[in-house]
Order: sequence, then structure tokens, then C-alpha cells
Amino acid sequence: MDYLIGWLVLLPLLGAGVLLTGGRRLDRTGHWIGTVLAGSSFVVAAVLFFDMLGRSGEDRALHSTAFTWISVGSFKADVAFQLDQLSMTFALLITGVGTLIHIYSIGYMEHDERRRRFFGYLNLFLAAMLLLVLADNYLLLYVGWEGVGLASYLLIGFWQHKPSAATAAKKAFIVNRVGDVGLSIAIMLMFTTFGTFTFGPVLGAVDGAGEGVLTGIGLMLLLAACGKSAQVPLQSWLGDAMEGPTPVSALIHAATMVTAGVYLITRSGAIFDAAPTAQVAVVTVGAVTLLFGAIVGCAKDDIKKALAGSTMSQIGYMVMAAGLGPIGYVFAIMHLVTHGFFKAGLFLGAGSVMHGMNDEVDMRKYGALRKYMPVTFVTFGLGYLAIIGFPGLSGFFSKDKIIEAAFAKGGTEGWILGGAALLGAGITAFYMTRVMLMTFFGEKRWEPDAEGHEPHPHESPKSMTIPMVVLAFGSVFAGFLFSWNEAFVKWLEPVTSFEEAHPPMGAAAVTGATMVVMLLGVGLAWAMYGRRPVPSVAPRASWLTRAARRDLLQDDFNHVALVLPGEYLTRGLVYVDHKGVDGVVNGTAAAVGGLSGRMRRLQNGYVRSYAVSMLAGTAVLVAATLLMRGVA
Amino acid sequence: MSFPLLTLTAGLPALGAIATAAVPAARRGAAKWLALVVSLATLVLAAIAFVRFDPGGARYQLTESHAWIADFGVRYELGVDGIAVALIGLTALLVPFVIAAGWHDADPLEEKNPNRRWRPTQGFFALILLVEAMVIISFEATDVFLFYIFFEAMLIPMYFLIGGFGDRAHEHGEEEAARQRSYAAVKFLLYNLAGGLIMLAAVIGLYAVTADQLGQGTFSLQEILQARAAGELDMSTTAERALFLGFFFAFAVKAPLFPLHTWLPNAMGEATAPVAVLITAVVDKVGTFAMLRFCLQLFPEASKWATPAILVLALISIVYGALLAVGQRDIKRLIAYASISHFGFIILGIFAMTSQGQGGATLYMVNHGISTAALMLVAGFLISRRGSRLIASYGGVQKVAPVLAGTFLIGGLATLSLPGLAPFVSEFLVLVGTFSRYPAVGIIATTGIVLAALYVLVLYQRTMTGPVKAEVQGMPDLKVRELAVVAPLIALLIVLGVYPKPLTDVVNPAVQQTLSDVHKTDPKPALEASK
Repeated sequence: MDYLIGWLVLLPLLGAGVLLTGGRRLDRTGHWIGTVLAGSSFVVAAVLFFDMLGRSGEDRALHSTAFTWISVGSFKADVAFQLDQLSMTFALLITGVGTLIHIYSIGYMEHDERRRRFFGYLNLFLAAMLLLVLADNYLLLYVGWEGVGLASYLLIGFWQHKPSAATAAKKAFIVNRVGDVGLSIAIMLMFTTFGTFTFGPVLGAVDGAGEGVLTGIGLMLLLAACGKSAQVPLQSWLGDAMEGPTPVSALIHAATMVTAGVYLITRSGAIFDAAPTAQVAVVTVGAVTLLFGAIVGCAKDDIKKALAGSTMSQIGYMVMAAGLGPIGYVFAIMHLVTHGFFKAGLFLGAGSVMHGMNDEVDMRKYGALRKYMPVTFVTFGLGYLAIIGFPGLSGFFSKDKIIEAAFAKGGTEGWILGGAALLGAGITAFYMTRVMLMTFFGEKRWEPDAEGHEPHPHESPKSMTIPMVVLAFGSVFAGFLFSWNEAFVKWLEPVTSFEEAHPPMGAAAVTGATMVVMLLGVGLAWAMYGRRPVPSVAPRASWLTRAARRDLLQDDFNHVALVLPGEYLTRGLVYVDHKGVDGVVNGTAAAVGGLSGRMRRLQNGYVRSYAVSMLAGTAVLVAATLLMRGVA
Repeated sequence: MSFPLLTLTAGLPALGAIATAAVPAARRGAAKWLALVVSLATLVLAAIAFVRFDPGGARYQLTESHAWIADFGVRYELGVDGIAVALIGLTALLVPFVIAAGWHDADPLEEKNPNRRWRPTQGFFALILLVEAMVIISFEATDVFLFYIFFEAMLIPMYFLIGGFGDRAHEHGEEEAARQRSYAAVKFLLYNLAGGLIMLAAVIGLYAVTADQLGQGTFSLQEILQARAAGELDMSTTAERALFLGFFFAFAVKAPLFPLHTWLPNAMGEATAPVAVLITAVVDKVGTFAMLRFCLQLFPEASKWATPAILVLALISIVYGALLAVGQRDIKRLIAYASISHFGFIILGIFAMTSQGQGGATLYMVNHGISTAALMLVAGFLISRRGSRLIASYGGVQKVAPVLAGTFLIGGLATLSLPGLAPFVSEFLVLVGTFSRYPAVGIIATTGIVLAALYVLVLYQRTMTGPVKAEVQGMPDLKVRELAVVAPLIALLIVLGVYPKPLTDVVNPAVQQTLSDVHKTDPKPALEASK
């Protein structure tokens, strides 16, 4: 079976290769090739999954070494895969949601003349993401890590003729590169500490290493996770990434790639468990981001940016859970999977709405769409109920467990984290209700687009609605299935380890409190956006709302703190290099040789002087040699 | 005496240069084909040398040795180790692409413009082959004086290639272009000449030292190494340091290392793109190669003594070169500054004195050659279409010429060391090799990773994306010849990124040898060391 693991990566990689080099002759079939290869990868994942179920929990992991990649001195990296329950979970999520979104894109991108290339990039993304979760060492993981960054770059900037899209793509890549530096330093630290960066040997040898170096590795891994998963302080790229086509936002910037940071932390759990300081940093980043994203989500009128804020916030929950250690890992991943369903569904719903509304993204120009797009309304509505944690739906199970675990951390820390998570749940209910009401309820506030076309909202084609329906099923049932008889805990426990969380006030009290804040959030949103008409132009608002509309001034901060000084430094250095370094050396040369006057008739003059100097040099050499021989 | 493969590998392009130059003007088209065929035949010879080289065998292989100027102990001594054989391979590989990319760069200008200087097609291709021959023999020479001669002599054909066949594109017209070109050529010459003269003094000094201690002066690397190993040769600390500095200065100019770098942006900016590739991907490699071969082997103690200062300069090169690349308005100058940053990485790797550092540095030389060739040649194709080197002259090219934009992007991604492409392997090895001995230096060097993303992606964004500029409208996509140049380079970047083993297998033993010359061993992992 283990030989099949490589095919998980190879199939979509093959698709990318064929689609990106095949040229125009594949324009008519390209999307089918891409979809079929994504689907085949899912079939392979399913086969491996059932094979894995046939073995007992402790020996489910498979290894497969393809070849030696780099070997210099004691530095050895293999192209080798490891498929355990954790990577299996991801492989199913990536190929499953990935295939659905390929199908969706057939309809969504139907009128785009570069659809073949779009599917090539999607396939490239799948290959890189699968490599990321299947690699058996950190360096190969790094290849997938930057590979998904490349695919993300290409897809955010897919409509490159729009300067905003090109800028957003570049920003995403560069901010992520800052995180990638963290990953490279972490790998270098592992190499100098353990002499290897393969998961098994590193994680098995953690006990022998000092806490200082483990903290260093943990913090560097966290930096990497912050970049990829859009966590504070490297969060600023995600909102802009919504410039990409909506299927991309659903697959890459909601369901899979942005959760890679959570994977990295969970995978490296042994390191974090032995480095409490790094864990504090992880939970802090998670808690701050879950509030940050939620606040931003409340203020956005662009439906995709509101959902992007929500994604940041939900990943904040996962990161926080992962930082809690063995009480949190399983639920971080469980929330990651349920979030994969409902957030992908919500984004596809948003895409469906845009599809019917001339690509309008401003929710203030939506309204009353439930009658015109019933399937979209119902599937989006189920996703909405799932994310706010409505009892019985997916988000309820996974989020509730994280809030319990946060309180169970104990002491002041537990109260702060639990309080933040609880508050986040309330804000989530508020902003998601706001999205729901502004889009599907209330009055029509439709406006013609820039070219004067009146919107004629209509339900999207089957290729788009079917994936939405499938994801809605996941949003409804996944949490229940995972929690049935603690199935998900038992599934992941052998890999991530697990401890029962015991919140000081009891689990039932936490669930009750979560329900109360959820209802408060829904009620407040209804009072503001349901009971009275929504203005079609954003009203002037409080300073907090205005700051939140500007993403809590993240770009202003980066501009002042990084971009401006950087520009001045660069410009200054260009000047210095030209006038200073160059001038000094040239001035010396001109002074020594008195050559500046001859600049105009260089061609021959210089060669002559060169020849003369060669001759002189040789003469000196000969003389010196003779002298030496005389001496000797 | 065995078959003189190395002499032939260097001699073939030299003979080819003469033959190409001798093609009559009326048949100048044939000169191009002749040059291409010769360069391909040279590639075959280099490939044979690569295959015949036995990584488990003697340090220097395929050796040839003849007395030359017996009175001064100068010998015609050739031999290759794994590092040299890899770089000869790189040189022989790139030159056919340089020739094919520059196919029309030396075509005669239109007859109706009699004021324009006639550009001898044959001369252009003959000079390229001549440079190739001299670079190859520099990699092969194991006699210091023999090396010195060709190290210096290659300046002459390079000078003519930059000054005589430069880029005609300039924002202030042709006359300004000619002025800038001459300036760049002279600057190139002066800098390298200065380095060479200082090296000459050191070469003489080395002879004096060996003559003094061994009775008979010698330039033979192997003889000197043997004499040192046997304890017959024991340089005084001062002498060794002085000689080291003389050699290093020349190599640092050629490499180039901050603050001796300013000739490179001028030279690469004013030369045509293929000649710029010849400068940075081929000729400059002699500088970094010579640091490994001559500085470390001849002067191990002085090398260690100078290491802190060199590491600092290399770090400055990395960060400073990258920052300046960010600030450039000219595509080719941007690539030149990026190269300066990359040379900083190479030199860092060499002087980190670890097997990952030096192995990575050697790989870096090869990979930087290929990636810069890909990026620069596509940039040249772009520039030839629009007649401007300024980034601001472009915009939206992706829409009209998607293949050109796509290949440019891949070249750029290789330049920023994207994992999966060859430069990542070498850059990571250099970083980890540096980090394992000097953690702080390794961490500072990682800023180069972020800055590389910045200058590459900003360049791509400004030229290729956005609305299509009016002047770019109707720009043709890559032609078959151009695609034939770029596609193999891209394929190679992928192959060496995924499977660098053939290269590392050859390079590793040579690196181990060099490390033992300087009496250095890799630091042990902390866990192992504490046991």
C-alpha cells in the first residue's frame, strides 16, 4: 500500500504539468483533466484510508522512501512520505474538498479564457499541499510549504490585469516569506541540535534537548505558522487575498492552505509540550487573532472580506487549541476539518451569490436574495448555523470543545483564554448573522454594475450547487459523526496524544455560556441589521468600526513601520552606492592613472595600457625570479 | 601519456574561436553555426570529463603535466577535482545557450545608417568562444602561474564583448548608450586589472617563498601542498597573510564582493543579455572557484585568520546587494545586484568552512549560473522587443506574451530560491552550513530570502502584470529559437532541484579534501556532542 502514497502527490502534479505546458489545444478539455486527476487523488486517499482502518491504532502509520534528495556531509534529506492518522485526515480533506471545488470551478470559471491555466494552478496547489502534509521530514515539508505559497500567489493574482490582484498576490508571497524564514531557522536549529530534521528522530529525541533550544525551535515554527495561517502579526495578507477567484478563497484561503500552520504546530507537538514558553506564545497568538479576525469580520461590507476575517478568527481558535497541548491537539484538528466543510461551503455560497449579482461583493448592495437563490440560501444558511455553533451542527461540537479546553488550562491563563474564546463565539454569531441578514433578507438594494447592467440574480448551475450541497451535509453532520463515541479522539490519539479537559466550572456550564453569548450575538445583529433597513452606503461610525474597516490599521502600521523606512533605506543606498562606493573607487582610479581625460578614446588606448601593464608585470616577475635565483 | 582530455576541452573552443574569426564576412551566417557547433562539441567533451571523473578516486584527475618555463618553475599542469569538473560542466553547458540567445546581437546594422559602426558578427562569436576556452583552462590549471595568465587574459575578450557589442537600448539614445558602454567596459577592465596586478605581486611572492624554502621555486599547487604536508614548507604568518590578501583581493573583485562590486551593474547593464550571462554566470565563477582552490589550499591559516572579516563582507553583500536590487529602475542592473547578493551567499558558504557550506557554495555556483542565465536571457528577449531596459517601460506583458512572462517568472522563482528548483538546495545548504558554525551569521543571512522575494516579485509585477501598456501592445511571444534556449535551462533547474545527487556526489569528496586542508571538521549536533 505504501507505494500509493507518492501517487497522491504525483497525480495532481501530473495534471499541473500537463495543463501548464499543454498549450491551447487543451483549452477545451483542460478543466476535465484537472478535475479527474483531483478526483483520482481522492480515490487513492480513500483507498489508503480504508486500508488504514483495517489496522489497529498503533500501527496505522505507513512510510515510503522514494529517493535520497540531498546528502552533503551529515546533512541528509530524503524524498520520503509518512502517512499516519494526522496526514490521512488532511489528505482526505484536501483531496475531498479539493475535488468539489474543481467541480464548482468548471461552472464558475466557464467564461474565463484562461480556465485551463486556472485548473493547472489548482492541481499544482493540491500537489504541494499534499506534499506538505505527507512529507516525513521538515525540509520536504518546506517544499510543500512554499509550493502552496506559490500556488496561492498564482491564484490570488490570477486576474493579473487588475493591479489590485497583482499587488495582493505579491503581498501574500512576501509576508509568507517572512514566516518561511522562521521555518528555515527552525530546521537549521533542529539540524544543529539533533543532527536530523526527520519527524520521527527529532520528535523522539526531544527529551534530551535543552528547553532553551526547544523554545527557539517552537517560536520559529510559530513564526512560520503565523505567516501561512494569517495569524497576528503576519495576518495582513489574507484580506487582500480575496482578490483571487472565489473557488480559490474557498479551497486555499479557507479550507486547506491557511490551516497548514495548525498542522505544523500539531505535528511538532512534542517540541511544544517540552517548551512551555513557546506554548504561551502560541496560545497568545491564537487568542489575539481570534478576536482580531472577528472584530474585522464585523466591519466589512465586502462579503468575501467578512468571511476572510472569520477565517482568521476560526484559525485563531485552532492555533490556540494546538497551543494548549494534549488537551487541545485533537480538537484543533477536529475544528479544522469541520471548518473546512462549513467555511468552504460559505465561500462557495458567496461565489454563487456573486455569480448571480454581476460579481458584486458589497453586501450593502445585496438583500432579499433568499427567494432568488434558494439552494444557495439553504446551503449558506446551514454553513452559517454550523459556524456560529448552533447545537447539533458541526461547529457546535468542535468549537465547544476548544472553549472547554481553554478554560481547563487553569488559573488566570485559563480564564483569559476561555474568556477570549467565549467572547469570540459571541462576535462570530454577530458578524455571521449580519452577513446572513444583509445578503439574503431585508429589502433589495441592488444596483447596476459599472457598465450599467442591472443584476438579475438567479440560481447557479448544477456544477456549482452540487458541491455546495455536499459541503452543507458535512457542515451539518461532520461534528456529530466525529463526536459519536469519541470517534475522532480515538482516531487521532495515537499520533497527537490526548488528555481529557476538565474546565473548573464543568463542561455543561461552558456549553451553556457559549449558547448564551451566541444568542446575544445573533440578537444584537438582528437588532441592527434585521429590524431596520440596511443603508446602501456605509454610515459614518465609531472609531472602533472605522479602524476595523481598515483591518484594525494593520496596513497603516506596516506602511509606517516597514514600507516607508524600507523605501528610504533603499533609495539612500542606491545613492550611496552610486556616489559613495563607486565614486571613491573610481576617483582613486582616475587620480592614479590620470585616465579620465582619455575616456573618449578608450577603445585602443586602454588595451594598449593594459598590454603595457601586462608586459611590465611580466618583466617584474622575471626580474624578481632572477633575483631570487641569484639569492638562492 | 594518456589522452589529453582537459587540454582538448579548453583547446577546442580556442581553435573554434580562431576558425570562427576567420570565416569571411560574406558568410557570416556560417560563423554563428560554426560557433554553436564548436560550443556543443565542447559540451560533449566536458560531459565526458564529468563522467570519467571518479568521485572516489584521486583528488586531482585527468592530470596533464609538462615543463613550460623551466627556469621559473612554471609548468603546464592541468587537473580537475569535483568542484572544477562541475564548473567546467556549467561553463560548457551555458555557452551554447549564450550563443543561441545572442544569435542576432551582432548582426550588421542597417545599411542606411552609415554612421553606425559595423559590428563584426564573426568577432562576437569568436570572442565568446575565446572566453569559454580561457575560463575552462582557469578551472583546470593546477599551476598558479598558468592560472594567473588566463585569469588575466580573459579580461581582454570580455572587454571587447562589453565595449564593442553592448546593449543598444538606452533611454537617452544611441550616443549615450555608446558612452555608457565604453565607460562600463573600462570600469570592468580597471577593476579587474587592479585586482590582477595585486595578485601578480602575490604570485611573485609565492614563488619567492617557495624558492627560499624549497631551493627551487615552484607554482605547482600539488608540489606546494606536498611540501607543506611533509613539513618542508612553512610560511611565516605574515608572509602567508600578505600572500592570501593579494590572491583574495583579485578574486573578490572578480566574484565580486562588497565594496569591490560596482563594476558589475555597469558591465551587466551595458552588455547584451547573453554577454551579461557570460560575465556573471561564467567568468565571475572563476573568482569564487579560485577562493576555494587557491586561497584555502595555499593559505589555510591565513584563510582562517581572515574569515571573520570575510563573513562580514559577505553578509553585507547579501543584504546590500538585495536592497539595491529592490531600488533599481533598470531590469538588467536589478539582476546584477541580485547576483551580488548571491555571490555573498557563495562566499559565505566557502568561508563557513563546513561541508554543507562549501558543498552548498559549489552547488550555488552551478545553480546561480543556470538560474541567472534563464532570468537574464528572458529579460534580454523582453528588452529586445521594446528597446528599453527600464522597468517602467513595461506593464501587462503577461497578457500579450504569456509564455515569455511564464518563463520570466520561473527564472525569477529560481532566483528567489523557491524550493523544488535547484537554487533552493544550494542556498539552504549554505545557510545551514553557516548556521552550524556561526548561528548569528546564518540568521542574518536569511534576510536575503525575504529580500529576494521582494525584488523578484516587484520586478515581475511591474513588468508583466497590470493593464497592458500601449507600447507593449502587440508584443510577440517567445519565438522557437528563444524557447529552445529557455526551456532546457528551466528543465535543468527542476531536475537539479529534485535530484541534485549526480552533482553532490562529485562535489562532496573535493569539499572534504578542502576542509581537511584547512584542518576543519563539521560541528557535531548538540545532542551528540553532549553524550
